[in-house]
Amino acid sequence: MQNLNGGAHPRTLFEFHRRDYVYARERVVQVLLLLCALVSVFTTIGIIIVLLIQAIDFFREVPVWKFLTDTQWTPLFAEQHFGILPLLSGTMLTSFIALLVSVPLGLIIAIYLSEYAAPSVRKVVKPFLEVLAGIPTIVYGYFALVTVTPILQKIFPTMAGFNALSPGIVMGIMILPLVTSLSEDALRVVPKSLREGGYALGASKLQVSLSIVFPSALSGIIASIILAFSRAIGETMIVAIAAGQSTNINFNPLNSVSTMTAYIVQVSQGDTPYGTLSYNTIFAVAITLFLFTFLLNIISFRIRKRFLAVGGD
Amino acid sequence: MMNPFEIHAAKQRIKNILFKSIAIMGLLFALCVLILLLVNVAQNGLSRINIEFITSYPSRHPDQAGIVAGLVGSFYMVILTAIMAIPIGIGAAIYLEEYGRKNWIGRLIEINIANLAGVPSIVYGLLGLGLFVRWMALDRSILAGAMTMSLLIMPVIIISTREAIRAVPNGIREASYAVGATKWQTIWHHLLPISFPSILTGIILAISRAIGETAPLITIGALTYVTFLPNNLKSSFTILPIQIFNWVARPQQAFHQDAAAGIIVLLIVTLLLNSVAIILRNRFLR
Repeated sequence: MQNLNGGAHPRTLFEFHRRDYVYARERVVQVLLLLCALVSVFTTIGIIIVLLIQAIDFFREVPVWKFLTDTQWTPLFAEQHFGILPLLSGTMLTSFIALLVSVPLGLIIAIYLSEYAAPSVRKVVKPFLEVLAGIPTIVYGYFALVTVTPILQKIFPTMAGFNALSPGIVMGIMILPLVTSLSEDALRVVPKSLREGGYALGASKLQVSLSIVFPSALSGIIASIILAFSRAIGETMIVAIAAGQSTNINFNPLNSVSTMTAYIVQVSQGDTPYGTLSYNTIFAVAITLFLFTFLLNIISFRIRKRFLAVGGD
Repeated sequence: MMNPFEIHAAKQRIKNILFKSIAIMGLLFALCVLILLLVNVAQNGLSRINIEFITSYPSRHPDQAGIVAGLVGSFYMVILTAIMAIPIGIGAAIYLEEYGRKNWIGRLIEINIANLAGVPSIVYGLLGLGLFVRWMALDRSILAGAMTMSLLIMPVIIISTREAIRAVPNGIREASYAVGATKWQTIWHHLLPISFPSILTGIILAISRAIGETAPLITIGALTYVTFLPNNLKSSFTILPIQIFNWVARPQQAFHQDAAAGIIVLLIVTLLLNSVAIILRNRFLR
């Protein structure tokens, strides 16, 4: 077309426009993509600002040390106490039960999948674990309350209808896929030469797995456990449905407990007016929850980054 | 009579078999739990599944209650969430993978996204409450709910999309540049089409998560008793998981049956999406 027009002038003009357009588009696209990436940064800033503004209102009326040391949590009662310890103890209790279930089970399955299982077995087991991970937490909550608690009550007759044990165990099943897949990733990046060195010295498969591969992958495994712990602390619906409520510090898994997350649900569902001191408690609780999970996530991320950098070489 | 070496070898062999059987028993235990869950839900809920249950509004009478409000609410919410979260999430992932520099800002954004993926969903709910419901005065609307949910699933989309783009061999990029393509042309015509199946897998998993999430929408105040369908972006709404939660929280056995029936519908939707994602990945990641 341009050649048919003949003259050199229109063609360079055309090329100039075309290139100009392409360059401009490159710039516009880059800025748009940067804006997309910044949404995530603003999300974090938004979370911190929203939680802080309301939590500051709360801490103006309730001193921080009282929040951290009072042993009762009764913001919705006539006689108000604002001690986070009962909620913290409930959260820790259910989370530790979840880890007791998911860590041993998850690590054994991870070692099996990484060191022993034939590819055909992995092909069946991995999707199964993904199905387990894909079940909505509300379903697990129903399962804990309606199925697991009655079964446990046959073993422990004194167990309350709402308790820490049942949601803890179910939460362990829920985070099992997370522990398994992250630990397996950590085991798999252990260099093959280490295993071969072990075999050359006459070690059995189990000895190689447990005393060479496992220790080499330890940092990655610890990262996966920390992440699972963070997930358990933040898990909401299972405990909101099956753990019940408590205003005191309680470490008996057969009794009902309040967790930080379940308390936030409880207040959000009720008719506590927005902006009151009782309502602002959820922001104080949420900022505590956020700090805990934030620290755990960062530690886990750091460990994983470092071990991946070493393991990849 | 075995010599000490043979005894040692035999011991190791037994230990090996023992470990293997413990691991398989662990897997079987998890499988049994899953089966127990499914069987129990089916036993309690299947009798309530019928056309009326799907097309009725909630009711004080458990045998007349239905899930239509939650089902339609979930559907609209997921569509709105996808419209917002998918383009922004993919855009962010492209920027971080192809444009972002490896300086402190890049590291900060990366650690930020890793953390966001681990922030409890209920904290997103409080963000939505403060930011969308109150500050932007969207009220307890379906738009506020969908915006909250988009922020929640965005890290999931970003992380999976980044992995998908990273998996494209560098030779493709270099070949494209070599024939004079610009960066964006390379991304649009080569990187995105090649990584599309993996990106799609991540998106489906994220959407499946959005359908099952309950807690953040409870905090932003999605209603639990809704006898109408949302007809605009500012409508109040409910979603299926909240409807289920409402029924589970009641003491009456009959409402637990409604909850189980609702769970059957929810599980069919989420597990179907998950299996599509798994099949997609197995087909394309060879």
